[in-house]
Amino acid sequence: MLKELRLAVSLVLLMTVLTGLAYPLTVTGLAQLIFPSAANGSLIYGGDGEPIGSALIAQNFTGPQYFHPRPSAVSYNAQISGGSNEAPSSRQLIDKITERTEAARASLGERRIPIGMVTASGSGLDPHISPAAAYAQAARIAGLRNMAEGDLWAVINAHIEGRTFSILGEPRINVLQLNLALDALPKRDGAVE
Amino acid sequence: MADDTAQLLLFGVVIVILTPLLGRYMARVYAGERNYLTPVVAPIEKIIWQICAIDSRAEQHWSRYAFSVLAVNIVCVLIFYAILRLQYYLPLNPRSVMGLEPSASFATAVSFITGTNWQAYAGEADLSFFSQMVGCTAQNFLAAATAMSVGIAVMRGLTQSRAKTLGNFHVDFIRTILYILLPGSFIFALIFVFQGVPQTLSNFSTVVTVEGGEQVLAHGPVASQVAVKMFSTSGGGFFNANGAHPFSNPTPLTNFLQAVLILAIPAALTYTFGTMAGDVRQGWALFSAMAFLFVIGLAVVYAAEGGGNTLLNRLPIDQTTGNMEGKETRFGTAGSALWAVTATATATGAVNSMLESYTPMGGMVPLLNVQLNEAIFGGVGSGFYSLLFYIVLATFIAGLMVGRSPVYLGKKIEVREIKLAVLTPLIVPIGMLLLPALALQISEAASAMYNKGPHGLTEILVAYASAVATNGASFAGFDASQPFHLNAQALAMMVGRFSFIIAALAIAGSLGAKRSVTTTVGGVPTHTPLFVILMISIIFIFGAMSFFPALALGPLAEHFEMLAGQTF
Repeated sequence: MLKELRLAVSLVLLMTVLTGLAYPLTVTGLAQLIFPSAANGSLIYGGDGEPIGSALIAQNFTGPQYFHPRPSAVSYNAQISGGSNEAPSSRQLIDKITERTEAARASLGERRIPIGMVTASGSGLDPHISPAAAYAQAARIAGLRNMAEGDLWAVINAHIEGRTFSILGEPRINVLQLNLALDALPKRDGAVE
Repeated sequence: MADDTAQLLLFGVVIVILTPLLGRYMARVYAGERNYLTPVVAPIEKIIWQICAIDSRAEQHWSRYAFSVLAVNIVCVLIFYAILRLQYYLPLNPRSVMGLEPSASFATAVSFITGTNWQAYAGEADLSFFSQMVGCTAQNFLAAATAMSVGIAVMRGLTQSRAKTLGNFHVDFIRTILYILLPGSFIFALIFVFQGVPQTLSNFSTVVTVEGGEQVLAHGPVASQVAVKMFSTSGGGFFNANGAHPFSNPTPLTNFLQAVLILAIPAALTYTFGTMAGDVRQGWALFSAMAFLFVIGLAVVYAAEGGGNTLLNRLPIDQTTGNMEGKETRFGTAGSALWAVTATATATGAVNSMLESYTPMGGMVPLLNVQLNEAIFGGVGSGFYSLLFYIVLATFIAGLMVGRSPVYLGKKIEVREIKLAVLTPLIVPIGMLLLPALALQISEAASAMYNKGPHGLTEILVAYASAVATNGASFAGFDASQPFHLNAQALAMMVGRFSFIIAALAIAGSLGAKRSVTTTVGGVPTHTPLFVILMISIIFIFGAMSFFPALALGPLAEHFEMLAGQTF
């Protein structure tokens, strides 16, 4: 009995050190050595060398000259994460989606709104929008940036990430990277800052 | 649609190819035969035996095996509980996170030791890096090693003749970690980092966003935990949003690989069993029965989610991408449905999309998967010993139908085995239905439901099904941090885990001691499509009889109310 318990204690302690310290620390060491950028959160740096965000995490854009990410149940707070947890039959959810749809149509014109633009993602930090959601915002942004809409569509198309191996996942656009690309274009007369 | 089908088909192909490869490897590992890793791992294994004074040749009677399981698991609970309480004083706590409360610590410790990994906390906010690594990550290994060892011991009982013992728990436990879980997790952790999953011990990064706001990015030793939480079908994530978080599951490729990791061992163990039985058809028969139920569930979830939310049809919304509330753009409905079914069928409980926001039919399948108590592949090891109860019942009923004494793999199924096997139809509905019924009578406990109407009932059904089946899947709006739920769920998890372990080992011990009889003429062979259909029917009838009334009041009621335009 006592022998059995002593064995259990030493076995659990030993395996805990192996799997809870040796394993994650070895992975950390190798990851930092081989993939330093990814291992530290895929940060994107601005012109001044300071980090301005992560390529994998949504950040809020409210300016009308920018593409907007999907709604977030956690207000794009990357210290917490999560979805709305609203049931599909929830009155609160249907009201919220109705409200977002009306707001979107007020700014984007009388058109059908892609579902992704009016629903909160699972993580609250979804960095992507669908190509349809980007096209829907194109007219507004082209107008404010004084660009031809066709030119903007070209920028959008250059940022579409297709399905992996043509079958995994969905086509998508990284909002932060697309907005940074727009800001990097030469300034035009009459464009909104 | 075509792309989605291709993605799901590819998943099936990968699993079917992987099953014999991994299954054969595991059979060699547990038999102590030489394999690819022997030159590297065997010396380490010997050192561990020496330090812990383990006699690797000492075989254990089933009761002794069960006792060793319990001893190791009690130590695990105590250590993890201490870590959670003391995390403020322990190293690797750059944000000075306080210790968890006693009841939350206990519930979390039990939840991880039983392989449930119910997250009654938000990982990135409430746990230090030390707790995540030495607590959560290590416990994922230890809990899975417990379940796989028991699964293998049960297989030995079914396939041995006149043997008094089922192997040595400590030897099986160490082998599981050294030969299977560690190497697999290590390789996949690095692949995940390559794809963008962080792996660092530095404090959270603070950035100033393009529009001038401040954003703090939570990260840490994520990849090492994500790899093992999938491979061990544990499911407890580094982040509150689990596999939906872009740092946990950044690309469609990680999404696919993580789904494969979840199902890899539970599927392959059917082949390991076939190898041990000396007839791989026995393994494929079980695989086929479970794969059939898996595919049906996947088709239902995919169709329901792809169809979108009927209540939004009157709005000027383009729903071609399906029901996207709670889902991530990069996965879409197919990648989300794949996870919803894989993680609930296997007792993993990880999510890459919020099940709470699934359509009623899309959410009912994950609930039913959990309620069937690991009948569809199940967790690593635990899936096999949970299936044992269904095997015994199916064999018994087949025997009754043809009027022969029931025989499985040459072992007569007799009164003792049947009595123990009835545990599933008894304990499972009691825990999964009576506990929520009790909770609904207590107004404080009932207030834990977040959504109104029938969906609220579904929430509480999921919570207790998840605890009894040690799955960990949740409708995350449900507030499990209330004392009633913390305690009732901890109890349900312990009973759900250890009563089945002990009963399964008892059945295995009893069968293993019997002499194998040559299969009688006219008996029901257990490797044929006939037996596969019988297994499917037994699982389905048990599920339907036990849970249909509850499902009618929850997801089915919600579905029809929504068709009538009703909101809550």
